[in-house]
Amino acid sequence: MDTQQTKDIYTEEFLMNMGPQHPSTHGVLSLELKLDGEFIRECTPHIGYLHRSMEKIAENRTYTQFIPFTDRLDYVASMNNNLAYVMAVEKLLNLELPERAKYIRIIVAELNRVASHLVAVGTFAQDLGAFATPLFYCFREREKIIDIFDQICGNRLTYNYIRIGGVQFDLPAGVDEKVKEFVKYMRPKVDDYDRLLTYNTIFLARSKDIGVLPREMAINYSVTGPSLRGSGVKWDLRKDEPYLAYDKFEFDVPVGENGDAWDRYKVRVEEMRQSLRIVEQAINTLPEGDPTVRVGRVIKPPPSEVYCRTENPRGELGFYVVSDGSVYPYRLKIRSPSFSNLAVVPELVKGLKVADIVCVLGSFDIVLGEIDR
Amino acid sequence: MRPDEISGIIRTKFPQVTEEAGTNHLIAAKESLLEVAQYLRNPPLALDNLHCITAIDRKEKMELVYTLYSIVERHGVTLKVCLTPQDLNVASLAALWKSANWLEREVYDLFGITFSGHPDLRRILNPYDWKGYPLRKDYSDPQLIAKPRL
Repeated sequence: MDTQQTKDIYTEEFLMNMGPQHPSTHGVLSLELKLDGEFIRECTPHIGYLHRSMEKIAENRTYTQFIPFTDRLDYVASMNNNLAYVMAVEKLLNLELPERAKYIRIIVAELNRVASHLVAVGTFAQDLGAFATPLFYCFREREKIIDIFDQICGNRLTYNYIRIGGVQFDLPAGVDEKVKEFVKYMRPKVDDYDRLLTYNTIFLARSKDIGVLPREMAINYSVTGPSLRGSGVKWDLRKDEPYLAYDKFEFDVPVGENGDAWDRYKVRVEEMRQSLRIVEQAINTLPEGDPTVRVGRVIKPPPSEVYCRTENPRGELGFYVVSDGSVYPYRLKIRSPSFSNLAVVPELVKGLKVADIVCVLGSFDIVLGEIDR
Repeated sequence: MRPDEISGIIRTKFPQVTEEAGTNHLIAAKESLLEVAQYLRNPPLALDNLHCITAIDRKEKMELVYTLYSIVERHGVTLKVCLTPQDLNVASLAALWKSANWLEREVYDLFGITFSGHPDLRRILNPYDWKGYPLRKDYSDPQLIAKPRL
């Protein structure tokens, strides 16, 4: 390291470890920072503290047995993980789903997206120093979604609800009213966040023009989800490669302008509104019928390989599944959005202050469970 | 562009690129990977997003799978490279797509495939002093739980 000796004071670069135990890393992430005073010269992330070898486990479990493991990837949006995995297996099986199953899946996935974005917005505000209040507000709303999920499938965090060939249970009686009520309740709350946080002077000062991610860099690093849209790229799989029945619903794809932390936050808030729109349309036009198609207890897909990606709250979650005709997947690769999104962070934080790392990390809304897998 | 159109364009430019039976995945020779990748990166195909890199251990060979998409043109290609177990080395694409950096590190960590020209080839998910490559089919560990009986 360079040491500059002046008369009686000297300065030098020094290494600082941020994490693995640090509240703002949203899990166990370790950042090795090379600092010059308060400014970051270099940032090296060390990941893998939560590595549970999911991909190896998958090779030793049947296709159905692996569904609960996907809950533990991105544990803030378990429904969406179930969906992505199950859709990959269904693509292997060439399975056509009943309309009702598609609609129920969209409803739970979009509700989970709102819940996930609520966590993202709440913790982002908390990271920036808006201590407790926004987080409590967001978790108050999230609780209502979890109540609905509790009623639908009996779990509050790891749902294991979406199954190969449909869903675990049909929606119980009374849930549709509850969902409609929630949409009505939630809309003004999102406006509240705008008034409380989005245009708050301190919030703007902390997040505007911090961690600017240019459009080309975002694509080059394969950044996806709200972080990509924050950089002004209008790309949403639900719109561009519609799966399930997303092409039947009206919704907009919000994009940012500058690609800074504030834009990424703003895209999330706007996406909550759009998700509510989708939920409302889906619950009002929910088709009748059986939401499952019989697949049998032993699932043996023909030998082939598929790659299937869906739009998760954090970006594009992809499953590359290789089948050799047996009951176990021959190989299962999980392409997690947070993994690629985190890879761009070292580039963005160069030259920023230590406090801004927290802002940049928070704006990417990473979940270490799916980075380490 | 449709998959068969893309495949046609690539195969007229590179006659040695073949198409995998049953899927529309393209197979490139290990030596020409960098050249093919360079071509895919730029217009007319403009595959600007290297979405996913993974490997499949087929015992007699190792398959590397590159999943590429284009945000501008809205199409995608899956490119494969087959390696023999004796020579698990291939050119790194990190200079073309920045996302390859971490994705290749992951493949190196779990399969032991080395990427020449990679800026920082270290383990990423496992501890730096880990022995062996866990996702290879011949990997064994006393703590590994056997397949459940059905």
